[in-house]
Amino acid sequence: MSVSKDQLIDFIYEEVRMLDEGRYAEWLALWLPDGHYWMPLDYKQSDPINETSLLYEDLFMLKLRVERLNGARTFSQKPKSRCHHVIQRPFVDEMKGDCFVTNTSMHYVETRLDEQQLLALTARHELALVDGNLHIANKRVDILNCDAAFCNIQLLP
Amino acid sequence: MERYSGNPNAAAALVEPNQVHRDVYINQDVYKLEMQHVFTNAWVFVGHESQTAAKGDYFATQIGDQPVIQVRHKADDIHVLYNRCPHKGTKIVIDRQGNTGKFFRCPYHAWSFKTDGCLLAIPLKKGYEGTDLEKTASGKGMKAVGAVKNHRGFIFARLAEEGISFEEFFGDSLSSIDNMVDRSPEGRLEVVGPPLRYMHHCNWKMLVENQTDTCHPMVAHESSAGTAIKLYEELDLPEGAPKPPAMEIIAPFMSPYEFFEGMGIRTWPNGHGHTGVNHSIHSDYTKIEGYFEAMKAAYGEEKAKAILDENRHNTVYFPNIMVKGPIQQLRVFIPLAANRTVVESYIYRLVGAPDELTARTAMYNRMINAPTSIVGHDDLEMYERAQEGLQSDGMEWVNIQRLLEEDEDFTEEAVHNGTTERQMRNQFNAWAKFMTYELATQEAAE
Ligand SMILES: [Fe+2]
Repeated sequence: MSVSKDQLIDFIYEEVRMLDEGRYAEWLALWLPDGHYWMPLDYKQSDPINETSLLYEDLFMLKLRVERLNGARTFSQKPKSRCHHVIQRPFVDEMKGDCFVTNTSMHYVETRLDEQQLLALTARHELALVDGNLHIANKRVDILNCDAAFCNIQLLP
Repeated sequence: MERYSGNPNAAAALVEPNQVHRDVYINQDVYKLEMQHVFTNAWVFVGHESQTAAKGDYFATQIGDQPVIQVRHKADDIHVLYNRCPHKGTKIVIDRQGNTGKFFRCPYHAWSFKTDGCLLAIPLKKGYEGTDLEKTASGKGMKAVGAVKNHRGFIFARLAEEGISFEEFFGDSLSSIDNMVDRSPEGRLEVVGPPLRYMHHCNWKMLVENQTDTCHPMVAHESSAGTAIKLYEELDLPEGAPKPPAMEIIAPFMSPYEFFEGMGIRTWPNGHGHTGVNHSIHSDYTKIEGYFEAMKAAYGEEKAKAILDENRHNTVYFPNIMVKGPIQQLRVFIPLAANRTVVESYIYRLVGAPDELTARTAMYNRMINAPTSIVGHDDLEMYERAQEGLQSDGMEWVNIQRLLEEDEDFTEEAVHNGTTERQMRNQFNAWAKFMTYELATQEAAE
């Protein structure tokens, strides 16, 4: 089975829609088991391990993050946050066998109570075709103003 | 509101042995007094020497609300200068760090200054001939802070020209910084990357108090630590299988009250203190291969063991930093207004130790102290709810009397049950002391 450029692009649109609609079980199922979600702290950071990042999370942490959102004693989610992605058409940068890389500019809005924040960011997805389905092998999100002092960012861009 | 302006005694009166008035958190005039007195008379953390490693390297930060520059003037000589041109007030540096070469040059009118602040040159200087410029403060150059001390790489400054000595201010509390540095086989730390920067709409003291608040983790962090434990149990991994890293870092927050009681709290004079006298949530981290061997080679077995057996949890250095020795982390609570604080969380590399230690340190920093951290989220929620709740006129006092004793004396080092709020009382005792420091020294002189 081969994957077309359009299928890759549709996949990225589908993913952010899941996040906006809070369909986290479906979203987690997109991931390969050894994938990492990385959000660097430093502009053009190259090392996720030995330097501080905003996020560098394996699937256990991502599950914990998602599970926590619905907990009875998750105080910072009473009331819940909502988020909204507006994305540019993804660039498909690599198509090598069953491995693909896309690069997507987006505006991410997160809101709770009277506060709303807007982040401009670039998401780099490494996708892989496994058992006939596209999956996220790794995802890197670079926030344009990563060096600014943020208030809580509670959901996932 | 008039009652606090220019009246530090009125502010000091907001502290009672078992409670503090809400105005210490919400009143902007009290905040201004803190900046003028507490952050002026105390020794305040500026930065680490590795942030200005080479001659001409500078780092811009704040002492309280005062913009300052830490700059390396000579190989072994770091200065702290106010970040303003003595001419028109323009900030001399606007980026957070860089190298200025042999001198600072103001971008507005090109007045230039040596890296110790001394005036070097003014273009078209003849325009000042006969005007006695050299007799003014502007003619002398960039103003330096009152005093600077480098303690094992950590730079502290006192804004006031006269006042308490560094040694008297910190006393034996420096043992926590010493232990953190000793954890490097070479006795040296290096800053790693930029700090996490996290904006809080609350008073800076709420954050400092939280550092030794051992009755909140199992409550406020149940959603992260409790859920981590639940998910881990559901995984039902075979015995001996490696645990997910989140379990090592986050799960100990769910330790029961008895654990935190047994941890112990030590207080030192002048508002310093630490949790984790006997053990801490950092005690059971997995051993990292090659580290103990490197420590043993550097210090000998006995001393290496003694250094690593110390598992202090959070050490508060009054007024506004916290140091985590076993994690090599330092957090600065920078007060921006009565209701606004930016927290900067730095990590350090133990020079000569395996990289895995830095990796664990970086992991701790992002898992617990990032604006994206599921642990940090609930802390911030608590502080901001408190900042809002304190607007309530129904009650005006905040309680700090857990395990209060009669006639507490904060001038002596002491160790207590790990759930005491004595360290919070110790901080407020120091707060009142440095708030009224000039008045007390004037009186003593009379
Ligand atoms: Fe906490």
